[in-house]
Amino acid sequence: MTLKKNILALRQKKAQVQLGGGEKAIEKQVAMGKMTARDRILNLLDANSFHEYDMFVEHEERNFGMDSKELAGDGVITGTGTINGAPVCVYAQDFTVMGGSLGLKHARKITKIMDHALKMKMPCIGINDSGGARIQEGIGALAGYGEIFYRNTMASGVIPQISVILGPCAGGAVYSPALTDFVFVVENISKMFITGPNVIETVLGEKISQEDLGGARVHAEITGNAHFFALTEMECLNQIKALISLIPHSNQEKAARIEPKKPKFRKNIENIIPADPKQPYDVRDVIFALCDDSKFLEVQELWAPNIVIGFARLNGDTVGFVANQPMYLAGVLDCDASDKAARFIRFCDAFNIPIVTLEDMPGYLPGVDQEHAGVIRHGAKLLYAYSEATVPKVTVILRKAYGGGYIAMNSRHLGADFMFAWPGAEIAVMGPEGAANIIFRKEIMEAEDQDAMRQQKVQEYIEKFANPYVAASKGYIDAVIEPKETRELVLHSLEVSKNKDDHRPYKKHGVPPF
Amino acid sequence: MKKAEVELVDFAVTARKYKTLLSNKYKNRKVWNNPNPYEVQSSIPGTIISIAIKEGDLVKEGDHLLILEAMKMQNRIQMPFTARIKKICVAVGDRIPKDTLMIELEPESEADEVQENE
Repeated sequence: MTLKKNILALRQKKAQVQLGGGEKAIEKQVAMGKMTARDRILNLLDANSFHEYDMFVEHEERNFGMDSKELAGDGVITGTGTINGAPVCVYAQDFTVMGGSLGLKHARKITKIMDHALKMKMPCIGINDSGGARIQEGIGALAGYGEIFYRNTMASGVIPQISVILGPCAGGAVYSPALTDFVFVVENISKMFITGPNVIETVLGEKISQEDLGGARVHAEITGNAHFFALTEMECLNQIKALISLIPHSNQEKAARIEPKKPKFRKNIENIIPADPKQPYDVRDVIFALCDDSKFLEVQELWAPNIVIGFARLNGDTVGFVANQPMYLAGVLDCDASDKAARFIRFCDAFNIPIVTLEDMPGYLPGVDQEHAGVIRHGAKLLYAYSEATVPKVTVILRKAYGGGYIAMNSRHLGADFMFAWPGAEIAVMGPEGAANIIFRKEIMEAEDQDAMRQQKVQEYIEKFANPYVAASKGYIDAVIEPKETRELVLHSLEVSKNKDDHRPYKKHGVPPF
Repeated sequence: MKKAEVELVDFAVTARKYKTLLSNKYKNRKVWNNPNPYEVQSSIPGTIISIAIKEGDLVKEGDHLLILEAMKMQNRIQMPFTARIKKICVAVGDRIPKDTLMIELEPESEADEVQENE
């Protein structure tokens, strides 16, 4: 009889905590178009798979009237569950409990579940919805943030870490997401900034809305802080599931293999690229033509669209694609594109995902803004990331591969395992016009009809040098291939690279141009 | 990222122009202006606390111009080189963003020349 009573008491206690900040606060949360923290977890994880821990953790603050305040779960829900059968650790800040503010115990619940994820080698997913530090706890809140950042860093490259911004995430709180591998945002719901609109207005007199300062679109399109952008919370949760099913769950394994499928893409791959090298096309069509089921999960779709990155499957195995996008900014490399690709390459390398590079780029973006923004330092990250990566690396040169861009885009010289080129590829030190102007300067200057001579010399240069055969004659290109052979060759090259064993000199860590 | 309706633009990379789309970020980028040494601009957003000079003053290099308080620090802005104060574009109490023109200078001699011409 006593046990029964105890069980009933437990149920009551749990029900109390599960109510979070209470019905009124939940109503307010829902009115903002947001799910509750608990609903988010339940919608993300497989049905009946969620198990919660530390429900009865309480804060220990005694100042500022906090001694009389009871905070359900101290404002955060933590636990484990599965996504499509794969175990994950998850936490969700509960905005209905004192604005989801982070105190020391709240942080310690998070670090505990992070430690668990790291030890048990499973992804850790953090759902952020918090007003920030719990000011009443003072330095305790700061300690809490610091302990989270430290663990984010320790877990980096060991387990995938995912941050989901479903509410405010301001001040110091933004740095945990920034340290994680993938950040998910939702329009009109996610808000991230270091100093909010109020501070900016007080200091500068500049009025700006939260959305314009650090809304989802800003981070998806301008800052590059976000990797996935969704219009609704449900769409966002589905994106997370798609990602989790594509990536390995620790650096000690490979992504789960699924049944191979042929591409669905029905257009002729030979017709994707226009004959005129100055005309653009959507390089994602080439990816669709190559990958299983033509399914491609693009990462950072809106930011630096001149380079495309994302995951797909080839013959059932996950690969990372990096592709220049001639549709935007002619596919040049710039600061943002270099940062975007470099970080993605490092993720792939850390998690045993082979990298397939599709190249069609005219060079680095010229301009004072780029030079002053540090295109040297940013561009170097791409060289570093490709050179450092020991996973299988395959490059297909689709069209243009000029100058520094040729070197940067996973060239043989940076350690590519396989280099293929389509027959129309132009592999040269620079574009034919530029090269002819320099090499044949004298002839052009002395000619009666300078334009005709320039045209003639450009044509000469194109025929002699702007092709894949010069590079192939030196062994820098392994094979010049027909577009329709590409999928088979890429599949084959990855197949024979399965036991790739590439060593790097011993080091504590490198010093990349961060 | 649908290509259809959007107008492709000419985009020059070295000697060749490519047809392509521009990203919003690229369109909104800050265009480079050659800095004018006769313009004293704010290097940090802040508030003007005091101004130590008046228009028409001849001020020596290194002399104190004004105090710009930013991030709880009172920054003393000094004269970059000896010149005359042409115009003071800020007032005490103004909150200004970064790169705001605070003071316009003019060369001592040129100012005299202008007067002679008139």
